[in-house]
Amino acid sequence: MATALKGGILRFLRHRPAVAGLALLLAVLLAAALAGVIYPGDPFAIVGKPFQPPFSEHLLGTDTLGRDLAAGLLHGARTTLLVGVVATLIASVVGITIGGLAGYFGGRLDSLLMRFTELFQTIPFFLFAILLVAVLGASIRSVIFAIAVVSWPPMARLVRGEFMAMRNREFVQACVSLGMGHTRIIVVHILPNTLSSIIVTGSLMVATAILIESGLSFLGLSDANTMSWGFIIGSGRTVLRTAWWICAVPGLAILLTVMAINLVGDGLNDALNPRLRSL
Amino acid sequence: MPGRQSLAYALRRLAQAVPTVLVIAAMNFLVLQLAPGDAAEVLAGEAGSATPEFMAQLRKSFGLDQPLGVQLLLYIKQLVTLDLGFSFRHNMPVIELIGSRLFPTLLLMVSVLLISVIVGTLLGAFAARNLNRWQDNLISMLTVLAYATPVFWAGLMLIVVFSINLGWFPTSGMQQVAAFHEGFAKVRDIAHHLVLPAVTLTMFYLALYTRLMRASVLEQFSMDYVVTARAKGLTESQIARRHVLRNAVLPVLTMAGVQVGGLLGGAVVVETVFAWPGLGLLAYESLFARDLNLLLGIFFICTCLVVVVNLVVDVAYSLLDPRIELR
Amino acid sequence: MNSGQPLLSIQGLSVSLPASADRRHAVDGVSLDLWRNEILCVVGESGSGKSVMSRAVLGLFPSRHVQPSAGRIVFEGEDLLQATPERLRDLRGNRIAMIFQEPMTALNPVLRIGAQIDEVLEIHRSGDGAARRARVLDLLAAVNLPDPQQILSAYPHQLSGGQRQRAMIAMALALEPDILIADEPTTALDVTTQAQILLLIRELQRKKGMGVIFVTHDFGVVAEIADRIAVMQHGRLVEQGSADQVLNQPQAAYTRSLLAAVPSLTPGPKRDFSGQPVVLSVNALSKSYRSGGGLFGGRFGKPGRSVDALAAVSFSVRRGETVGIVGESGSGKSTAARCIARLINADSGQIMVEGTDIAALSSRALRPVRRRMQMVFQDPFGSLNPRRTVGQLIAEGPIVHGVNQATAHARALDLLELVGLERRAAARFPHEFSGGQRQRIGLARALALEPAILVADEPVSALDVSVQDQVLKLLADIRNRLGLTVLFITHDLRVASQVCDSIVVMHKGRVVESGPVADVYARPAHAYTQALLAAVPGRHWSHDNDARSAAAPAPALP
Repeated sequence: MATALKGGILRFLRHRPAVAGLALLLAVLLAAALAGVIYPGDPFAIVGKPFQPPFSEHLLGTDTLGRDLAAGLLHGARTTLLVGVVATLIASVVGITIGGLAGYFGGRLDSLLMRFTELFQTIPFFLFAILLVAVLGASIRSVIFAIAVVSWPPMARLVRGEFMAMRNREFVQACVSLGMGHTRIIVVHILPNTLSSIIVTGSLMVATAILIESGLSFLGLSDANTMSWGFIIGSGRTVLRTAWWICAVPGLAILLTVMAINLVGDGLNDALNPRLRSL
Repeated sequence: MPGRQSLAYALRRLAQAVPTVLVIAAMNFLVLQLAPGDAAEVLAGEAGSATPEFMAQLRKSFGLDQPLGVQLLLYIKQLVTLDLGFSFRHNMPVIELIGSRLFPTLLLMVSVLLISVIVGTLLGAFAARNLNRWQDNLISMLTVLAYATPVFWAGLMLIVVFSINLGWFPTSGMQQVAAFHEGFAKVRDIAHHLVLPAVTLTMFYLALYTRLMRASVLEQFSMDYVVTARAKGLTESQIARRHVLRNAVLPVLTMAGVQVGGLLGGAVVVETVFAWPGLGLLAYESLFARDLNLLLGIFFICTCLVVVVNLVVDVAYSLLDPRIELR
Repeated sequence: MNSGQPLLSIQGLSVSLPASADRRHAVDGVSLDLWRNEILCVVGESGSGKSVMSRAVLGLFPSRHVQPSAGRIVFEGEDLLQATPERLRDLRGNRIAMIFQEPMTALNPVLRIGAQIDEVLEIHRSGDGAARRARVLDLLAAVNLPDPQQILSAYPHQLSGGQRQRAMIAMALALEPDILIADEPTTALDVTTQAQILLLIRELQRKKGMGVIFVTHDFGVVAEIADRIAVMQHGRLVEQGSADQVLNQPQAAYTRSLLAAVPSLTPGPKRDFSGQPVVLSVNALSKSYRSGGGLFGGRFGKPGRSVDALAAVSFSVRRGETVGIVGESGSGKSTAARCIARLINADSGQIMVEGTDIAALSSRALRPVRRRMQMVFQDPFGSLNPRRTVGQLIAEGPIVHGVNQATAHARALDLLELVGLERRAAARFPHEFSGGQRQRIGLARALALEPAILVADEPVSALDVSVQDQVLKLLADIRNRLGLTVLFITHDLRVASQVCDSIVVMHKGRVVESGPVADVYARPAHAYTQALLAAVPGRHWSHDNDARSAAAPAPALP
């Protein structure tokens, strides 16, 4: 097992874009972690004159109310990453459960669960998020909930496909004939073989979650008291002509973070699912 | 596949969509129950703007004194007959309001769908044919970037560059406000306004379909029937055109179908950035106007829209893939 | 024989493999001649390089990394390895044609059959649209396809395997090539279909005087149609000569051991089990599958189709006996095995295992019974969990049934020795073993629970013939030592004759005949059994048992 892991790590490291992505991601994580250290205090605090461009008195300038953009960026990183990861975790758990049950047991349960999944895939998510906020109010919780509700179907589909394929493999049938129960078969035999696909999909889901979260906070559907990148962009909309950097910089941060995650996900995919697995 | 069989298939899929629509309606109802306050107050929209007679009538038609199950059925009946209520702010029935805003959203969605699928297919095939050469690497890089770009931010940046700085395109709206163009001039005007919003939304999906097509073409080239084709004496480009392309585009179409829900969601965001007068913008406005009834109506219609577009994509797919059973 | 120049001359061909492969050459210095009007069979096991060599003629290499490094392939005075791509394309499908193993994947699934055949004619500019269409219809009739008009507009998935292969042959012969290269064209087909296709190929070859290179691993097929034979191993040519020479007086040791490994159609001496009790009996076992019909089972408009996988199947097995279930694909033999092993549930009928009807038992009640009956599977690559060590895989069964870990692991080591592997193998992973070794591991896993009955579902079908021979001998040895009762499912009548005491012949879900192997083979009563036996390739060729074991050196364990 250890050699397989080492092989995987080596394959990942050979993938240059993936390594670059990883470095970028670590930088973002570091910034988020150190936000309180580098810019202690409230990111909403007014530190100077509004509309100062970057590289003037403040590193990245100030926004419409004179808040420090750099502070907002670092603190916003926390929110964005937190929401992205938590929403993905919830969506993954739901998706794996539903997809796993559907793929493993098949038959009527599968048909039912798949219709259920299709239903959620037809819901246009931003509209759903707007609806949810209208009903539950704008908060981090409702944002996480909205993202999770919309993100789980692809994971369910993937896990269902993998479980179905595994279920028909002879080594699983051997487990059945040896008298193993469903739980043991799923946990000990099937899951470890599908883990790599789940990890790759999960990492890409975090990227999507971040994009959705930033969109929601841009539209003002998130918690107005929590600093996030989308929020900053939203606040700078009206001054696009004059202080365009207020919109540009956080957006760039989103782009780089999402790109980093995508690159890492691609690298993980190559590392964990090598095309020519030694037989 | 013969036309009649396709029709039967389309009808069958339509029939399958009915339970979906009913469940969506039930979900609407559920959301309604979750909202604070009396359902009638919610449905009447902004508090205080409805007359007491109207409220009484509302209560009666929604059966608010009846058990929940009956309420659900009445509500579903109303939705299905497209009686979506009345919007006081806009002073017209909701269904009419939605109808007037449907076209811009459809225009945006359909144009993005067509461009992203067609151009994505071509670009992906092109990248695969030039595997690992500079064309492929360039396309890969661009798709990685586009895939990671938040849609709303892309819109804003495009406005900054092409509207504000270069002045090539208008910053918002669908038509010039006071111009009242007619005929071809109107079409041109709308098209001119459509460019930036469409490009914004297309970026992400173009990247997605390009990557998918590229992978699909590569996969098809490793298939046995390609070897057979070579053994018959075809050139590589003949193989690509006659054999691989049609097989490779199938997963892209499947993905396009799956992404329709997301596409509509993206359209919502783009509409708010560009003040494009479609359903998305309407929904956004209704949120801040606390018009839950309108919002629910939009949600219902949009979901039905997704179901219909999904169906169209499915039928298109079945025309290309003869293995789909069309009995 | 033929005089003059050979039609195709392969001289010292070497094809190199990328550095990461386990050997340097796929094909190593092979020299072969193909003469006019003959069928040359190239025989070898997996990894022999026969397929790569056959594809080298038309320059169809699997990737840029597998390229010819030496030698010439001479056709009409021209070295094909030096030919320009345009010249090669000119020859492909036109003067030299090729057919492949898997007709389902070798045909484009989204194009009609007629269009794909027409394409060959069109590419080589052979007539206008109407003329080509007429020719396609002629070709389809020439390969004995019924209703050529319908086949013309059909898609590949609408045809059976045999029909698809005929269509491929029609496509290959469209321009009347001088040479036909066939890469295992019947391997994926049922025995009866295979017999028809072999007949077709031979007829067409005689009619047109073509030279045919027929690549196969099956000596029965070779015996059936070869005029000359070339034997390959590890990329090298081991022996070549006329069919009679190679089959009956093989010179090379490898050829002799290969031939010795082919099971004979004549069963060995009969073992008598009439005094033994019946330990497994199946009574009126039935199962049908419904396809289509959607979520609501066809009640909402679209009716499903019902297929009888098993229709009132009955037979019994006595203690110590090995009963074979023989049939082609779709006969229901695998379904029967899976129902008996309770991997799927039958619709009705009894399955009596040592007196208990297990057909209707719940999962919990079934558990103790599972210890008595274990299964060995077909696919050496899919039947072992790639992420568990061999030792874990073997010990898991007993552990699940309450045996303590240390005992279970110790027993696993013993079992590894029993199946002819080293004890050290327990710490390694399945992917480190060959196909034959993996089947041994699968056998050890099945034996771990000390079952009385073994259900073996095509356990050697995916193995090379020499490996197959060893695994079958191992199975027989263990069976005799442990007194196992075996239910052996196979499509291969030779294997059945080697290992089974009595057989049950199944066709379309029904038992058509059963009885002791020797009796059924010598005097088949049912028409289907007769057809099945008549279809076995090379059934008239046999290898003397005594001569085999005397002349063949002991082959190394895989």
